[in-house]
Amino acid sequence: MEPVVSLASRTVVLPAANIDTDQIIPARFLTTTTRSGLGAQLFADWRYDATGAPRPEFALNLPAAQGCRILVAGHNFGCGSSREHAPWALLDYGFCAVISTQIADIFRNNSLKNGLLPVIVDEATSAWLIAHPGALVSLDVAAGTLRLPTGVTANFPLEAFARHCLLTGVDELGFLLERRAAIEAYERRL
Amino acid sequence: MARAPQTLFDKVWQRHLVSPESAATPAVLYIDLHLIHEVTSPQAFTVLRERALRVHSPARTLATMDHSIPTLTAQVFGGAPIAIDSAARQVRELEVNCAEFGVELLGLTHAQRGIVHVIGPELGLTQPGKTIVCGDSHTSTHGALGALAFGIGTTEVGHVLATQCLLQRKPRTLAVNVSGRRRAGVTAKDLILAIIGRLGVSGGTGHVIEYRGEGVRALDMDERMTVCNMSIEAGARAGMIAPDETTYAYLQGRPRAPRGAAWESALSLWRELPTDAGAQFDRELNVDAAGVEPMITYGTNPGMVIPIGGEIPRRPGDAAFAQALAYMGLTPGEAIKDQPVNVVFLGSCTNARLSDLRAAAQLLRGRRIAPGLTMLVVPGSQQVKREAEAEGLDRVFLEAGAEWRESGCSMCLGMNGDVVPRGQYAVSTSNRNFEGRQGAGARTLLASPLTAAASAVRGRVTDPRELM
Repeated sequence: MEPVVSLASRTVVLPAANIDTDQIIPARFLTTTTRSGLGAQLFADWRYDATGAPRPEFALNLPAAQGCRILVAGHNFGCGSSREHAPWALLDYGFCAVISTQIADIFRNNSLKNGLLPVIVDEATSAWLIAHPGALVSLDVAAGTLRLPTGVTANFPLEAFARHCLLTGVDELGFLLERRAAIEAYERRL
Repeated sequence: MARAPQTLFDKVWQRHLVSPESAATPAVLYIDLHLIHEVTSPQAFTVLRERALRVHSPARTLATMDHSIPTLTAQVFGGAPIAIDSAARQVRELEVNCAEFGVELLGLTHAQRGIVHVIGPELGLTQPGKTIVCGDSHTSTHGALGALAFGIGTTEVGHVLATQCLLQRKPRTLAVNVSGRRRAGVTAKDLILAIIGRLGVSGGTGHVIEYRGEGVRALDMDERMTVCNMSIEAGARAGMIAPDETTYAYLQGRPRAPRGAAWESALSLWRELPTDAGAQFDRELNVDAAGVEPMITYGTNPGMVIPIGGEIPRRPGDAAFAQALAYMGLTPGEAIKDQPVNVVFLGSCTNARLSDLRAAAQLLRGRRIAPGLTMLVVPGSQQVKREAEAEGLDRVFLEAGAEWRESGCSMCLGMNGDVVPRGQYAVSTSNRNFEGRQGAGARTLLASPLTAAASAVRGRVTDPRELM
């Protein structure tokens, strides 16, 4: 995993609450056996019509949204299925962070393991961001802060270990493998 | 000094700590049983290969195929090729991975294959007090037997394959206290839909639910699994029910349950698991089962649910609500009853166990499904299928005009080509009514097997009590 230290980008806004992982990447695309290339199918049924043509009014298809790396979404983003294909698709498309007032547990875990930054903010910050698509936002992982173009700064929670892993690019598997002796000692007690 | 009273969750959590959490690091939690399937495991095996790792504990790992596999008999048993090439590749890749890494596989033609959350309990592998994970959010099902069971992503599948452990922060606890008894025609599915309606789809986030009380004790094991299965639909990582005599009677004699002296010693450990008197939960919710009606969803998440006799709510000014109803083609203020139905799906890890099929068959016996309606019956496992056939349930479904398939996830998520056509309405016994969940443009109404069967007969959303 590449370290994630800081990020500044304009935002794309999907204001709906409860955007589930079936919307992020519909199940019919999960027959892949690799992690790559899922960006093309991100939000497929919202981005494209039944003929496969892009829906011009969808937020990701707007000219101003091109190149944006931060997604702002309504409450409880990423609920539903545990499919890690959801953060893989967001990352492959080019997003590096998701901002919401709540992010579903499994999606949040999966995001952290892939370097997609889950940013949970208060209602007021969220409301401002939803009302201002395309705002230039900066995120500082070490400080756990989000800075709006108004100069307002908001803190977002990031558990110490997750922060360490993001900042250093360390993956958890290495950490677990280093604990093999403790794991084997536990197994001997079973 | 006596130890502080503990919840069922606390006890299972504590017994599985390789190392406890600290401010700097999460807990290292040992996993007793790791279930894997064809869709969320390939990339995890790739990581093992890249890092030259083996599977730490093959004996604690069991693989099966359920998500992307066909349900048509000819495609399952080799008379015809699997119609979707990429699904066929996933099946082959799981076979190769399991052979290479020494993992037991209940493969496509195996007599014990089925939906991963149906076969774990059925085989007796799911047991009280175990930690169980799977790359699938409905792993919460296994909590019905008093296990701590939750869904994980593919990276974590790799962690468990390589180390049999996960890094975890301790979740909070939520007691759902169910008093009273359900009335006739009201199922466990209606109970959990009513609970999700109360909690909302994010109300359980960060929590493990323990379902407690008289209304839960009265449930049989299949019903408990239906309840725990949908914990994730309220955002909870896991749902648990303390083991009791119902649990032990269900488990005893199952192929992979302990036997003889091992059974007795397991039983004495299991009896220590229920939540101690005076144990504290972080939150509590009280529900009266006697007040629950048959429930049905009308929107695009499982929290958008009403009693079947009710009206679709009005929420003027709520753009997301309006968008959900526009997707569904439904109008605020109108009755959900008598809405036309095109497809009925009886299946999924929520409601495709033998008792679910019996309940639906009881209502369909001697009746026909409505002209033009498609009904798909997909047993939860090959064992459920055989047992149903031994009772003649397959004949009931076929004579009613339904299709009778091989087991799998099928139309719950439509990965295998079993989909609801665009714009059509499906009454489905599955767990998610998200946009496109059962196929692009599909409109899903979640309900119980009884409501599904009754709606199939009438071709309209029907209160099953009218046909009972």
